[in-house]
Amino acid sequence: MEIPYTVEVRRDTGLTNGKIGIWLFLASEVMLFGALFASYILIRTGAPSWPRGDTLLDVPLATVNTIVLISSSVTMVMAWASLMRRRFGTFRIYMGATILFGLVFLVIKYFEYSHHLHLGELPSTNNFLAIYYTLTGLHGLHVFGGMVVNAYFWGPGAKLWKTNPVWFTNRVEHSGLFWHFVDLVWIFLFPTLYLL
Amino acid sequence: MTSDHAATSMTGDHAVDIDKHVRVYITVFVALMVLTVVTVAVSRFHFPVPIAVSVALIVATIKGALVACYFMHLVSEKKLIYAVLALTVVFFIALIALPVFTVSDGYWIAE
Repeated sequence: MEIPYTVEVRRDTGLTNGKIGIWLFLASEVMLFGALFASYILIRTGAPSWPRGDTLLDVPLATVNTIVLISSSVTMVMAWASLMRRRFGTFRIYMGATILFGLVFLVIKYFEYSHHLHLGELPSTNNFLAIYYTLTGLHGLHVFGGMVVNAYFWGPGAKLWKTNPVWFTNRVEHSGLFWHFVDLVWIFLFPTLYLL
Repeated sequence: MTSDHAATSMTGDHAVDIDKHVRVYITVFVALMVLTVVTVAVSRFHFPVPIAVSVALIVATIKGALVACYFMHLVSEKKLIYAVLALTVVFFIALIALPVFTVSDGYWIAE
């Protein structure tokens, strides 16, 4: 059976089902990260003392990661815009760049983690590191998940472009919405953990 | 413009429309880079915590709004999406308010 409203919009909502689905999912993601941010506030304000992030964490590396993730958001939206212009080759370049930026982000994160672990700074060391690993770890998993989906659309999933380009374009936009959300979360994580 | 609007009719007119959007994306990208530099630069001044938190969160909110409005196309979404997000904002505020009230209550008891 064919999935309804993947290309044409529903009259009552004015949207495709995929679009509503991804926004509902993102709403649940807001609550997931919101709960962790609330935990952070509670732990920090309840602590007798709290270290400044820049005394424990590598701000230059995190700044580079911020630039990388923002750049990946631009390439992601450009990938979608390329499909809207019916330029599949350009889409592949931008989508490939988005996946590469994601990979660079995770590699930098790996170096950050390994440095801390080498110094014996584990999640169990103190509350700051516990919330740092939890928030950045969950965010990193989201980056990885987004990369897997983007890689699918870059590779095998791109076959859909030949048979149903509108549906493929919509799917790429939905994937992009998730990717931008991951960028948005980092925009708040960066100052919260590293600079304050 | 939303994809639901656009993806169903990828015509020549839309190509012109998309060109305008691409220019906006580049402008937003530059703004995000500048604001990232501002965020890091302000943190170097070592302001008192309440001021530092306020400035950092204001800049982060502006950056987040730029991403949401332009990259996620929220400037021109359908009403149902706005309704979903309005509900999410209400619950998110409740979630953040919970520890804030708990902490202020603690201070009140301590006094």
